[in-house]
Amino acid sequence: MAKGTIVIDTEKCKGCAVCTTGCPANVIALSKKVNSKGYNYLEMQNDACIGCANCAILCPDGVITVYREK
Amino acid sequence: MNESIIKPENLVYRRTPVLTDNVMHYCPGCGHGTIHRLIAEVIEEMGIQEQTIGVAPVGCSVLAYNYLDVDIQEAAHGRAPALATGIKRLKPDFFVFSYQGDGDLAAIGTAETIHACNRGENITMIFVNNGIYGMTGGQMAPTTLEGMKTSTSPYGRDIKMMGNPLKITELLAQLPGTIYVTRQAVYKPALVRKCKTAIRKAFENQRLNKGTSFVEVVSNCNSGWKLPPVEANKWLEENMLPMYPLGDIKDVK
Repeated sequence: MAKGTIVIDTEKCKGCAVCTTGCPANVIALSKKVNSKGYNYLEMQNDACIGCANCAILCPDGVITVYREK
Repeated sequence: MNESIIKPENLVYRRTPVLTDNVMHYCPGCGHGTIHRLIAEVIEEMGIQEQTIGVAPVGCSVLAYNYLDVDIQEAAHGRAPALATGIKRLKPDFFVFSYQGDGDLAAIGTAETIHACNRGENITMIFVNNGIYGMTGGQMAPTTLEGMKTSTSPYGRDIKMMGNPLKITELLAQLPGTIYVTRQAVYKPALVRKCKTAIRKAFENQRLNKGTSFVEVVSNCNSGWKLPPVEANKWLEENMLPMYPLGDIKDVK
């Protein structure tokens, strides 16, 4: 399985959690910490990311960048 | 997180530069953001950023010009198709799209919408349907479902008193001026990809100069529906989609 990772712009994340519904590897969840606006931002929970970009495609605010090992 | 993967050659998805860096004012989880991004990605892929003019509605997306890095003209409430008609006729080489909500397109702007489609104006119309007037405080819209509670129908929409939900997309498909009429959604990854294909096609159709392309996107309004974002999307799937089924309604070859 290809290895991937995501970079989250936590300051722009609004913590809607819509992206978490699309993740096939259960990698992402909302953090207990908050950003400067008070939103619980998105956080990677483990290294199982496959770089499918489903989360980034669902994100209404476009805060996720996706990388996948070639 | 595996830092070693973060290299330019491994990049598979990034925020399109056709979107500005501004933080969107939309509520968390609102479909507007996703739809804006899809339009921006289509404009980027087609390489038409300098040849695109958008027409924004009155509603939450009145501020679309803050987020889409293309020329955008603001229309009076409901008049986006009329304005888009004027722009397209003056600048036929430009790609012109209108972006409207259900209150704008299907209520106050019904006349403009129907006549622009009937004339077959060579424009792309994006219609965001969330069954409610979101910006003004969740009032009943023409597209509000039967029994759906809104601030002006607190006991649910009563068909006898308030009329039937309006399926304006099906209505527009009857008109000879439209060449492509479709209904999409953006709450699942596969649907987002399909929606992007539809928007791309609707923009490409302007090269053919045959008529109006119309893309309805069934979206959510978490604040208006008074649901958390993920639950709002479930509610959308269970309640909105039976009334507003997804798929192409008209596709003239």
